[in-house]
Amino acid sequence: MSTTPEFREHRYVLNMGPQHPSTHGVLRVILEMEGEYVMDPQPVLGYGHRMHEKMAESRSWPGFLPNAARMDYLASLIYNHGYVGVVERLAGIEATPRAEYIRVITSELNRLQSHLLWLGVLVLDLGAFTPIMYTFEDREKILDILEDVTGSRLTYCYMRVGGVVRDIDDKFIERTREYIKWQRSRMPMYDKLVTGNIIFRKRVEGIGEFTPDLARRYGLTGPVLRGTGVAYDIRRAEPYSVYPDFDFEIPTETGGDCLAAYLVRVREIEQSLRILEQALDRLPEGPFLAKVPKKIKLPAGDATYAVESPRGELVYHLTADGSEVPYRMKIRVPSFSNLSILPEVCRGMLLSDLCACMGSLDLVIPEIDR
Amino acid sequence: MTDSFLPPELLRILFAAICAIVVVFGNALVMGYLERKFAGRFQRRPGPMEVGWQGLLQLAVDGVKLVGKQLVIPRQADKVLYRIAPIVSFAPAVLPLLVIPFSPKLQGRDFDIGLIFILAVVAINVLAILIAGWGSNNKYSLLGAMRSVAQNVAYEIPMLLTLLSVILVTNTFSLKGIVAAQEGLWFILVMPVAFLIFFVATVAETNRAPFDLPEAESELTAGFMTEFSGMGFSLFFMAEYTYMFIACSLTVILFLGGWHGPPLPYAEYTSALWFFLKVYFLLIVMIWIRWTFPRVRFDQLLNFCWKYLVPFSLVHLLVTAVVLKI
Amino acid sequence: MKDYFAQIFTGGKSLLVGMMITLREFFRPVVTVQYPRERLPISPNYRGHTILVRDEEKPEKHRCISCKMCERECPSGCIGLQGEKREGVKGLVLVRYRLDFTKCSLCGTCVEVCPTDALDYSNEYRHVGFRREDFHYDLLAMVEEQK
Ligand code: SF4
Ligand code: SF4
Repeated sequence: MSTTPEFREHRYVLNMGPQHPSTHGVLRVILEMEGEYVMDPQPVLGYGHRMHEKMAESRSWPGFLPNAARMDYLASLIYNHGYVGVVERLAGIEATPRAEYIRVITSELNRLQSHLLWLGVLVLDLGAFTPIMYTFEDREKILDILEDVTGSRLTYCYMRVGGVVRDIDDKFIERTREYIKWQRSRMPMYDKLVTGNIIFRKRVEGIGEFTPDLARRYGLTGPVLRGTGVAYDIRRAEPYSVYPDFDFEIPTETGGDCLAAYLVRVREIEQSLRILEQALDRLPEGPFLAKVPKKIKLPAGDATYAVESPRGELVYHLTADGSEVPYRMKIRVPSFSNLSILPEVCRGMLLSDLCACMGSLDLVIPEIDR
Repeated sequence: MTDSFLPPELLRILFAAICAIVVVFGNALVMGYLERKFAGRFQRRPGPMEVGWQGLLQLAVDGVKLVGKQLVIPRQADKVLYRIAPIVSFAPAVLPLLVIPFSPKLQGRDFDIGLIFILAVVAINVLAILIAGWGSNNKYSLLGAMRSVAQNVAYEIPMLLTLLSVILVTNTFSLKGIVAAQEGLWFILVMPVAFLIFFVATVAETNRAPFDLPEAESELTAGFMTEFSGMGFSLFFMAEYTYMFIACSLTVILFLGGWHGPPLPYAEYTSALWFFLKVYFLLIVMIWIRWTFPRVRFDQLLNFCWKYLVPFSLVHLLVTAVVLKI
Repeated sequence: MKDYFAQIFTGGKSLLVGMMITLREFFRPVVTVQYPRERLPISPNYRGHTILVRDEEKPEKHRCISCKMCERECPSGCIGLQGEKREGVKGLVLVRYRLDFTKCSLCGTCVEVCPTDALDYSNEYRHVGFRREDFHYDLLAMVEEQK
C-alpha cells in the first residue's frame, strides 16, 4: 500500500476495543485506516492494570503466590512454577524429585489447555464458531483432572516452595493417561476441520510474516518465534525443573507467518502429550513437599528464574534485602513483547488480517497489563 | 363471490398479501429456531431448551423482548436514514413471495417476468444496508455497508449468468413456466455446475457465512447492524431470513423442480409440501455451512467471484447455448 | 492452469471433509448439561470458601483456638476473628469468625497455617448475592448449622 501524502487525508481513526470481540479482554488498538487497510495500529494498554509487581513488593513473599496465578489466567500453574522457582533459587531450597515431576505434569496439562483454548479462539476470530466448542470439550477434561488435584479450575494456587500442596494419586494418573489417548484421537479431526480447510489456510498463509531478526529485535518468544525457524524454548535453552529428563522436540516452522505459529502450536500439543507420558511413567516415589522451615527469610541478593509459558519466555527476577518482603520483583511476560510487534507487522494489512494476526499472537491481556 | 363487497381480484390480492406476510413471520420463527437448534447440535449442545417444549417458544419470547426494547437512536446518527433503513430492508422482502409458485395453484400472481421481478426487488436490500451503515454514523457500520455493496454487486453477475442458462432452456421468465418445464427432469441433473454456482452466489447474496462479511462479528462487531436495537434489529433479522427463504425458493424453482415430487392427493395445493421441504433442506444446508467454516477475507471473496464463479458461469452459458443450437 | 483446477478440487474437497465432520458431531450426544436443573458431581477436592471443620468432640463443635494465625497470614486480609476469655474455660473461646469472600483469593494459606487444622475448604461453588455483604460469611454460624 502506498502511503503518499495525498492519501493521508483520507485516513480515519478506528477505535478497536477495549470491548471489541476479537481483542479478547481489555486491549484497545487505535487503528489509523485507509479504507479497509490498517495503516498504523497502536495498542493501548493498561485497562486491566492491577500493579502485581508493586503488590509483590508490599507483602511477605508467600502472599504473592495467588497473584502469580492471576496474571495469566490460562497458564496459572506455569506462573506458579516460575514464582516458586525463583524463591527456591534465591533461598537455596530444593524441591523433592516427586514434586518436580508433579510440577512438570501439571504445567504441561496447563499448557495443553491453553493451546486448546487458543486453537478455538483463533478459529473463532476467523469466523468459525464450532471448533471452539470441540476444543472446549477436550479442555474440560483437563480442567476436571486439574480440579481434582489442585482444587480449582482456572486460577490455581497449587505449588509451594519446596513442592506442591497435594499429592497426585493413581486416579489422577489413570485419568491423565485416558486423556492423552483421547487427545491423540482428536488431533486428526482438527487437522481435517481446521488445518486442512482451504478458507482457513487462505486466511493465515503469508499473513503477518516476519523474520527471525525482527523477532529478536522485538524480543519475541514462544511459538511465534519458533514459527520463524528459531528453536528457542526455555525448556531446552535454559532447562529448569526436570525437563532435561524428557525426550521431546522443539517444533519449528520456517514461514514466520500466522500459519507457522499455528502449526508450531498444534505440534506442541503432541510434544506436551509426550512429556506427560514420560513423566507419568517415571514418576518417582517420595514426599511431595520438602521439609522447609515455616518462615523463610529471603537472603539479600538477586535471583532469576525463567519458564516457558504457552506464550513464550516468562522470567521472574527477584531482588531481596534480607527481610521477608521482596525488595523488587520484575516479571517479564511474553505477551507484552509479542504484542509490541503488532504495529510493525500489521502496517498496511487488511482489518481482517489484523484479527488473524492478533489471534495467532495468542495474547492474554491481563498478563500484559499485570 | 360475485356479490362480495370487493372485486374478487382485489380480494385475491389482499389474501395473497396476508399470506405472504404470514409466511415471512412464520419463516423467521421457524428459521430462528432451526438455526439455534442446529447450531447447538453441531456444537454438541442442545440449543434453546427453556421456553416451551425443547425451547419451541424461545423465538416468540425473543420477539416480545425485542418489541419491548427501547429503540436507541445514537445522537450522531442521521435520524431519518437510521429509521427508514430497517423498513427499506424489510418491505421489499415481502413482495417476491407474491410471485413465487408454491404449488400449481398457490401463487399470488403469475408474472411473465416473475424472475426478473424477484431479482429487481431483492436488490433493494443492498440499498437498505448502505442506508443503515451510513445512517448510523458508525465506522464499523459503514465498513460493513461498503463490504456488502461490493459483495452483492459482484455476486449478482455469476447469479444472473447461470440464470440465463436456465432461461435458454425454458424460454420463459415466468416462474410457473420454469417449474412446469422441469416435469420429470430437474435441472440440477442437467446442469449441476450451474446449480452449484447459483447456490454459492445466493449464499453470498444473502450475506451468510462464510460470506457474512457485512456483519463479520469478530472484525466489525456487528457490521451494519451495530447500532440497531429492538425492532430495528429484528426487522433486519427477519429480512435476512426472508431473503434466505427467497433465495432458496429461487434455487428450488430453478434447479430442484419446484413443487414436483411424488404425487399427493389434491396435488394442485398440497404439492406445496414438496416445495417447502426442498426449501428447508437448502436452508438447513446453509445453516450447516455457516456453523462449519471460517469466514473468507474481503479480497478473497471478490477474487473467488471474478476468478472462479464468473468464468465458470460464462463457459457454462456458452456450452448451454451451443448444445441447444445443436 | 493445472494449478487452477487442482486448487478448486482440493479446496472443494477440504470443505466437504469439514462439513462431514460437523455432520458427524451433529449426531453425537450432547456434552453440556442444563446447569441449574442438572448438576455435575463436583470433585470432593474442590476448594470453595474456607469453613471451620465441625468436630463433635469439642464443646464448641470446632477446633479453633483463636490464635489469629490465619488472620495474620492471610495475604488478602479478609479474615476477622475474635476470641474471648470465659470463666472456667481454658484458652480463648471464638466468638466471631468473619470471612470476607469478596477478597479471598483461595490461596490456602489460612488452612495450611492453622495449628489445630480447624479450617478446611467447603465444596460450595454457587455463590449468589446482590450485595457485597452477601459474601461476608460468618463461619461460626455455619459450623453451628452443620449437622
Ligand atoms: S484462602 Fe487465602 S485469601 Fe482466603 S481467607 Fe485463607 S488466607 Fe485469606
Ligand atoms: S489459625 Fe486456626 S486456630 Fe488459629 S484462629 Fe485461625 S482458624 Fe483458629
